[in-house]
Amino acid sequence: MSSSGIYGQGGKNTPAKVIGKALAHDSAHAHVTGAARYVDDIPEPTGILHVVPGLCRGAAVGEILQLDLTSVKNAAGVVCVLTAADIPGENDCSPGFGGDPVMAQQAISFHGQVVFAVVATSRKAARRAAKLAFLEVEKHKPVVHLREAIESSDSVLPDYAFGRGDIASGMARSVQQVELELDVGGQDHFYLEGQVAMALPQDGGALEVYSSTQHPSEVQHTVAKVLDLPESFVNVNVRRLGGGFGGKESQANQWATLAALAAHKTGRPCKCRLDRDDDMIATGKRHDFLIKAQAGVDEQGRIEAVTYDLASRCGHSADLSLGINDRAMFHLDNAYYYPEVHIKSRRLKTDSVSNTAFRGFGGPQGMLAAERLMDAVASARGRDPLDIRYANLYGQRGTTTPYGMAYEEADTLQALLSQLEARSRYRERRVAVTAFNEKGGHLRRGLALTPVKFGISFTLTELNQAGALVHLYRDGSVHLNHGGTEMGQGLYQKIAQVASQGMGVCLDKIHLAATSTGKVPNTSATAASSGTDLNAMAVLDAIGQIQARLKAFLASQSGAAVQDISFSEDQVLVKGKAVMQLAQLAKQAHQARISLSAQGFFRTPRLDWDRESASGRPFYYFAHGAACAQVLVDTLSGEMRLEAVHILQDVGHSLNPAIDRGQIEGGFVQGLGWLTSEELVFDDAGRLRTHAPSTYKIPCARDVPAAMEVELFNSAGNPEDVVNRSKAVGEPPVMLANAVFCAIGDALHSLAPGHFPQLRAPATPEEIWRCAQAQKELGGAKVLPFAHAQNGS
Amino acid sequence: MREVLKYVRAGRIIELRGRDADDTLLDYIREDLQLKGTKEGCAEGDCGACTVVIGELQEEGVRYRAVNACIMLLGQLDGRELILVEDLAEAGELHPVQQQIVDHHGSQCGFCTPGFVMSCFALYQQRLLAMEMAHQDGGRRFEKLERRHVLDSFAGNLCRCTGYTPLVEAALAACHKPVADKFFARRHKTEVLLRHLNTEPAMALSTPNGFFAAPTDLEDLLALYDRAPGTRLLAGGTDLALEITKQCEELPSLIDVTRVESLKRVEWKSDAVHIGAAVTYSQASETLCEMYPNLGQVLGRIGSVQVRNSGTIGGNIANGSPIGDMPPLLIALGARVELAKKKSERRWLELEDFFIEYGKQALETGEIVARIALPYRQPDQRFSCYKLTKRFDQDISAVLGAFCLRVTGNRITSARIAFGGMAGTPKRARRCEAALRGSSIAGIDNGHPAYYALEQDFQPLSDMRASREYRLAAAKQMLLRALAELPGKGAGLERLHRFDAGEVSHVF
Repeated sequence: MSSSGIYGQGGKNTPAKVIGKALAHDSAHAHVTGAARYVDDIPEPTGILHVVPGLCRGAAVGEILQLDLTSVKNAAGVVCVLTAADIPGENDCSPGFGGDPVMAQQAISFHGQVVFAVVATSRKAARRAAKLAFLEVEKHKPVVHLREAIESSDSVLPDYAFGRGDIASGMARSVQQVELELDVGGQDHFYLEGQVAMALPQDGGALEVYSSTQHPSEVQHTVAKVLDLPESFVNVNVRRLGGGFGGKESQANQWATLAALAAHKTGRPCKCRLDRDDDMIATGKRHDFLIKAQAGVDEQGRIEAVTYDLASRCGHSADLSLGINDRAMFHLDNAYYYPEVHIKSRRLKTDSVSNTAFRGFGGPQGMLAAERLMDAVASARGRDPLDIRYANLYGQRGTTTPYGMAYEEADTLQALLSQLEARSRYRERRVAVTAFNEKGGHLRRGLALTPVKFGISFTLTELNQAGALVHLYRDGSVHLNHGGTEMGQGLYQKIAQVASQGMGVCLDKIHLAATSTGKVPNTSATAASSGTDLNAMAVLDAIGQIQARLKAFLASQSGAAVQDISFSEDQVLVKGKAVMQLAQLAKQAHQARISLSAQGFFRTPRLDWDRESASGRPFYYFAHGAACAQVLVDTLSGEMRLEAVHILQDVGHSLNPAIDRGQIEGGFVQGLGWLTSEELVFDDAGRLRTHAPSTYKIPCARDVPAAMEVELFNSAGNPEDVVNRSKAVGEPPVMLANAVFCAIGDALHSLAPGHFPQLRAPATPEEIWRCAQAQKELGGAKVLPFAHAQNGS
Repeated sequence: MREVLKYVRAGRIIELRGRDADDTLLDYIREDLQLKGTKEGCAEGDCGACTVVIGELQEEGVRYRAVNACIMLLGQLDGRELILVEDLAEAGELHPVQQQIVDHHGSQCGFCTPGFVMSCFALYQQRLLAMEMAHQDGGRRFEKLERRHVLDSFAGNLCRCTGYTPLVEAALAACHKPVADKFFARRHKTEVLLRHLNTEPAMALSTPNGFFAAPTDLEDLLALYDRAPGTRLLAGGTDLALEITKQCEELPSLIDVTRVESLKRVEWKSDAVHIGAAVTYSQASETLCEMYPNLGQVLGRIGSVQVRNSGTIGGNIANGSPIGDMPPLLIALGARVELAKKKSERRWLELEDFFIEYGKQALETGEIVARIALPYRQPDQRFSCYKLTKRFDQDISAVLGAFCLRVTGNRITSARIAFGGMAGTPKRARRCEAALRGSSIAGIDNGHPAYYALEQDFQPLSDMRASREYRLAAAKQMLLRALAELPGKGAGLERLHRFDAGEVSHVF
């Protein structure tokens, strides 16, 4: 790492205008040299103990009959064994709705639930000891799969519905009815750094916690609640996460709490780091959904009326399922206008790990249904799916969403789509794909171009607030704190660029301090793509306060007019001319007893969503994108190859195009995994069978085509007053991968034109094979082992 | 015997004693060396976050290979050079592979990044070596670096943030024309150190609860194994180490078979090539592809570069996995296996007879797998193989099919067909073979009994990789493809992923 600062391209020569520059991630040097410290890399204090949770592996649901921990306690290296009885406060680590015990007390509610925790002198000793527990559970037959849950009809949260207009009259105007039934699988986050936390006892019973969490405040509040401590006694620090993707929004609470409980109990520093298999078994995932739609369409394939029925597999508790299912409902329109629409959602209980936030937060599932409905309409009407999409796009007939919010950027969406259509040469490709498939071989091509419109804001309005703490020191350097967490998305770098330009200091003068609940309190999770929007504005608020004080001071000293004073590149300017170093002014101001520290705050304006009446505005604005994907499918084996992808994404005026591009490419590939190779297999006993990378397959480098073109939409800027008129980019790119799924569907459709392929997500080779067999039968082709049939007779 | 482990790092010899036999290299790096750049992502060799580079003495000099430190045991480091991510930069100046990753914005959360840096660094070193060899020997071509080479190198590294494109581009930029780095500059010195270490007596470490022995002589090994019959044999460790990292088993003593000279040889005999049980996939790859070019379809997809650099063919056979990829390929090709016991007791078995049932192999007490004999290709022989997985790279087969058909005129005279993933052991499809024998090529497309015979041959299970139905259908379509590729059958049924021998890049 160079000594000139943490910036690869920063240093003294940093130009004044760093906003919009494609600068390297603030930790890039530290990443490539191995110097970047994650929680498990922090030097361990002497005498540290290791906490390993004991998971219930023999049952998914039932009363605990016996828990014998004698052998565990007697095992080598074991200091103590924790159970629910050791919890001084409330035995709950849920994000709000309850139902998530830190350790199960009387009953088991899913396979892999934590029942006890071993505290030992080494992690190896703790892991070996944890295997020695005897746990007997009065087993019941678990409800594991979504369709079983629909049958049993037990929910974690009440049903919810909203809509507009009159379905019956819309259906009456229709010339054809189109139905959709779509199974959408879940997804494991597979952050490369597993769940981890370390807790250090402090004076007076206080605790210092280091956690890999997207939500330091919630870890703080949970630790305090469980240990029966005032929240002020717990300080949570987060410098960086080795990936989060929603999986460390609520799911980090439990492990930090176990480390804290062990530290509280033993008075020694304690660390809890999950083994990968335990992590995958014991933490929640993306919700699986079954989405049914019934639509009536007119001659042109425009939807007159549509009803959507959603059922999701929430697991054993509510966790964040309310917001996730609401967001799925908010995104069933995606880019399309529905004149009459009714959306109903059920949040079903299963005896499985509680599903949780995952990049997109329900949005991807909803939007995939919208896209597949467009494909189903295209199939029914015998039209190109892209034409059906255009015909239904917002702006053609209306701009009001099913939840009553006016959508104000229909023109952007339209422009983005037609630009991508041209750049991807969609029409030319369509001709080539059709010609290829008409040859009738066992290999089939598919093509799809799908839009993304994603609502930005937490739909729970109170979460849309952020804080910051900025200190200017007498040497002109800046200590920057905000409530957001850095999990690879480049939040720290973007905010540093905003602060550098906003404060008028060079990047190398800014220290990006670890996020700490002691510095910025009561924060929201870094989630909902809102990290930069919220925290950068709070930082600017703090900077504005400091600058106002400095300007008033300088004006009083020099007689310069306040409005003539500005700051740039460590200099103080009056009417654009440098008059002194910022360091000089800071020192003078300090001597004059002026505070050089400020707390910033921001709350997102214009939000007034009322869930009760299902009215108002849940989103500040929308992010847009579109992708065109071409695939080649082997209908004999079910294998699929993604041949080409074109992406156009609206990021407003980018704060850092390199980071934005990284989010787009990475989000797309994560969505690609969700919809193709990542299959979560639960057996009927409720055990997850795919709990390690040997069995759970996220995309690897070869799955990404060389022909992947990503461009940023030439935006006029975010119409809302977001920093630099940029737009959020964290989640929206995941849904770009819907194009791949629709393209696979398109390839299969060619086997039996007019028959809509009932393709389920993920489209694994087996699923593609299954669907191809069904299509071949519908299309009148003979199936294996008759060889000639495969050659398209 | 030598009671101390010796390895080289940063130009110096490091000596170690008193370790547990089952200590992993990763734990040693993170806990003893307190170097935290090498990460644990999965502790089973599937994510590559723990990738380190090992320098090994070869004929041409020191050869650098990427391995997974999480499933390599510390004892395996003996006599080798260890290079960690912390060793690359010098006085604040990044190594070219690091610089390119920074310049291409190839890191986001950064947790997988050290592993990618090390995989890329191994590729860089191999390119340097190849460049030098081409320079010394004018007739030797320095191959142009292509995207597929980088994809091969990265197949064992998972990244969840970037979507890989910037990493691939960084590797292409860094390794296209590598420039000499400090490792290259001191290569002769390193070679001297390693030569020195490799002339020392065989290592036999006493550990707190047992021993870690790495004999260099086969009879020594067999005698030791005879004295301590319950001891586990270590032949790469890419499977065995999971018992340590995943089942938390204690393996107090281990015998490393990979240091035995005679087990490391590949010998071209009159009727077959003999491959020593300790030959790694990477080392055998070139020979196997030369003998049977179509093996390239599968060899590059067995594990990952890191796994193939550690894993041995002998180990893959001896552990008796029903889904190991090599056994069905070798069975179809008629391979035999030599089993060895102390005092030169040797016997040869047909490889298919080695696998008795799930979890049971034909090994007697004190007996080890010593060599594999792979017969040469016959002029009338058509070999093809197919691997079906959820993900193309680095995935365990749902089904692997291997077809060795002999054709005279337009008639199939013999068929040896073996599958992995279809039964409790790698198994031949005998009824299918019988149905094909004597068939005319012309008559085998349409509902030939051979397809239905597969249903008699196998009753596969449903599991997380594939359902029973899909496995059977997959086996049938593999047969269909194998038959369609016979001479006179036209172009065959095109594969989606072209991965022919010609495309297999021998990057390690």
